[in-house]
Amino acid sequence: MSETHEALPEQKPWMTLVQRAGAPVVSVLVAIGIGSVIMWVSGYDAMAAFAALFKGSLGSPKALGDTLLRATPLMFTGLAVAYGFRAGLFNIGAEGQLFMGGLAAAYLGVALAGWPPALALPALLLGAMAAGAAWAFVPALLKARIGAHEVITTMMFTYIAKYIVSWLVVGPLKAPGQIPQTNMIGVSAQLPRIQSLFSDATLEALPFLRLGRGHMGIFVALFFAVAVWLVLKYTTLGYENRAVGYNPWASENAGISVPATIIKSLCISGALAGLAGAVEVMGVHHRIFDQFSSGFGFTGIAVALVAKNHPLGVIPAALLFGAMSAGSGTMQLEADVPQKIVLIIQALVIFLIAAESVVQWFIQKRQKEALARAR
Amino acid sequence: MPVLELRGITKIFPGVVANDDVSLTLDSGEIVALLGENGAGKTTLMNVVYGLLSADGGEVLVDGKPARIKSPRDAIDHGIGMVHQHFMLVEPLTVTENIVLGREPGRWGVIDFAAARERVRALSEQYGLKVDPDAKIQDLSVGMQQRVEILKALYQGARVLILDEPTAVLTPQEVHELFSVVRSLVEEGLSVVFITHKLEEVIAVADRIVVMRDGRVVGETKPAETDMVGLARMMVGRDVVLRIEKGASVCGEPVLEVEDLHVLDDRRLEAVRGVTFTVCGGEVVAIAGVDGNGQRELVEAIVGLRRPQGGAIRTKGRDVTHATAREAIEAKISHIPEDRHRRGLVLDFTIAENLVLGDHREEPYAKRGVMRPSVIAEMARERISAYDVRTPSERVLASALSGGNQQKVVVAREIGRGPELLVAAQPTRGLDVGAIEFVHRQIIAQRDAGKAVLLVSFELEEVMALADRILVIYEGRIVREFAAGEADDQTLGYYMTGGGGSKLEPAAAAAAETGGER
Repeated sequence: MSETHEALPEQKPWMTLVQRAGAPVVSVLVAIGIGSVIMWVSGYDAMAAFAALFKGSLGSPKALGDTLLRATPLMFTGLAVAYGFRAGLFNIGAEGQLFMGGLAAAYLGVALAGWPPALALPALLLGAMAAGAAWAFVPALLKARIGAHEVITTMMFTYIAKYIVSWLVVGPLKAPGQIPQTNMIGVSAQLPRIQSLFSDATLEALPFLRLGRGHMGIFVALFFAVAVWLVLKYTTLGYENRAVGYNPWASENAGISVPATIIKSLCISGALAGLAGAVEVMGVHHRIFDQFSSGFGFTGIAVALVAKNHPLGVIPAALLFGAMSAGSGTMQLEADVPQKIVLIIQALVIFLIAAESVVQWFIQKRQKEALARAR
Repeated sequence: MPVLELRGITKIFPGVVANDDVSLTLDSGEIVALLGENGAGKTTLMNVVYGLLSADGGEVLVDGKPARIKSPRDAIDHGIGMVHQHFMLVEPLTVTENIVLGREPGRWGVIDFAAARERVRALSEQYGLKVDPDAKIQDLSVGMQQRVEILKALYQGARVLILDEPTAVLTPQEVHELFSVVRSLVEEGLSVVFITHKLEEVIAVADRIVVMRDGRVVGETKPAETDMVGLARMMVGRDVVLRIEKGASVCGEPVLEVEDLHVLDDRRLEAVRGVTFTVCGGEVVAIAGVDGNGQRELVEAIVGLRRPQGGAIRTKGRDVTHATAREAIEAKISHIPEDRHRRGLVLDFTIAENLVLGDHREEPYAKRGVMRPSVIAEMARERISAYDVRTPSERVLASALSGGNQQKVVVAREIGRGPELLVAAQPTRGLDVGAIEFVHRQIIAQRDAGKAVLLVSFELEEVMALADRILVIYEGRIVREFAAGEADDQTLGYYMTGGGGSKLEPAAAAAAETGGER
């Protein structure tokens, strides 16, 4: 109201961190609390359930490896959705771009079987990025030129992508045998497991490195999370992406082409989603088949939401979702609590973050009371 | 006994005290003007009275009795009505439907429209508020919509009427009509609180003037006991120059040449119909006109936001008819947009990020696609101090600034870029006198530095204060040109409302002339 300096909130780095991280952390804790109540009411032992969930996700190096395994594609899809969101675009079709990225990696992995890893691995990743970007390009063009809403078009393209893969794995790309799947990609095109990098002696000495199925894709994902953060923060590309997301009219006035920014943004989002498919093919299945993604594209939306669309926030958010998914099996096995309870907790997290305005209102009320007392 | 009395109202928002122990009385049949800069706490105070906000301290008395007002419903029950700056009408419904909304006559859920229409007609006759009860809101002018809002308050039984910045959206003629409406309301026994930051209005209409600054009442006076300069000093807390002194213009080379320009509006109708003019270096040319006569489309065509259908635009001899916004910036055209929230600023960006907007690809702010935050921050700090933006640092979000400071950021960016041509559309809209003075000084400084300035404004006061030449626009055509000092507001008002082009009825022409009186 008045022009006193103290009243203006300054954007200090640590403050934005607290502001951004505060609500998600509170939401996760509250969701776990509500989840416990639900389990208790349903006659399950909540303490045992969480103990098993912890054991299955972080309780051993192997469990941690499983968490990393599941978090890897979620980091990419989370980044994909977050990047689009920062330009005001809701890429709900990351799943489709993931399928096309996976398909490109599976195809190139077979075609380039003889290549050395130093060439094959980047070639597959780049191929997947190109395929994901291409799959996002048509919806992007429709949005930029005629304003067709990307929620509809990217979703439609997801179905097309899935059916193309379904057809290819029973038709042209089918491997010999009964199962509808492609041939295995060359060994040099596979992302090795983390523990395979170390000798038996090292693993003996440092047992925490026995990360089971956890593969090198996690490092690719971490690299991209930092890269996307730097792009958004320090490049003209990222600046224009954010400007258009916040206010397309002011951006236009400043000479930024809004259609071009939309196309770039959605294609970059698609490329990131394509990488999610690539790491699943290169690190986990080593081939593609019908059901190779368990909805990572859609869970990516939740990851971006929990991360509040911050690329670095995607890292803990993806790890959280990865851990819950990795631990849910153990929970069912050992505590006899249905796996679905994890979905309930995930849904609660999303719900609470979406309802953040309520939390904000509560915080502001407390601040005001404190201020009134201070007077 | 006052009809409305406020005692020690205190309202705190997080981090700021909007109202600090404010007391105010309103007598029956009185017009009290609540004067203050934007952010002085006027609207907050009245929102407390109307039950939209709950006070943190103090009390409201109606007819001498303490009133507990927790919602607008309570306020209406106490006979308090409020017309907001932004109207709250349902556009596709008729005048009658809007007025009775919430208190429809009838029974069993069936509205008695005949009775409703009759009530509305009776009210509009009683108070001299002529309006067609069957017209749809979306077909009415802004001035008419405001009458509907006032009628609605009267229908709900208001004895105290709060008008929040009622003239902000009106043409000079409509302002004049509003003043006579307010006077007739008072003659019928109502009491009115008139919120404004415009000095001439309070002197014209108020019985008593209460001045607010920084959430406190800083003074009270009567129109006969003060003048605009005294009021401005009270309101801002320092001496304010209301009309910038400027020397004669030294006209240089033509900078902007517009030739037979035709531009369509969003509905693909021709909004600019063959406009030709030149702006030279060292002069301010003002386009005067009533809102909606093609000014927006003309400005957007010049700054590259809208593609002209025909004609030519040249800056310094270079053809920019079909330039994009980016090419226009490269051709050294700067643009202060009429709506700073929509076109001028990215509110979720920091001040520094806003100051570099449009230059964000250029060296030294970016090199090979990588932005250089330290260079940008340094530029931002320089401009913040040069343009007197009140902020603790360049890292504050633009949305946290007051309107005046936000506009200073826009002005700092557009002038700081070093343009040859400055296109300023409504550059002081919604600003208070202190900020207006600042923006006017900057515009004159551009002119004195030999730059060309094209000013578009609906405020005659502003046009006459700044312009070296005045072009009057009406229905997409330039209908008259005046040199500075050649025309008074009556003449301008006459041409602005079509007096020059089409033959007006004598009565209408007279109305247009009286509308210009100040």
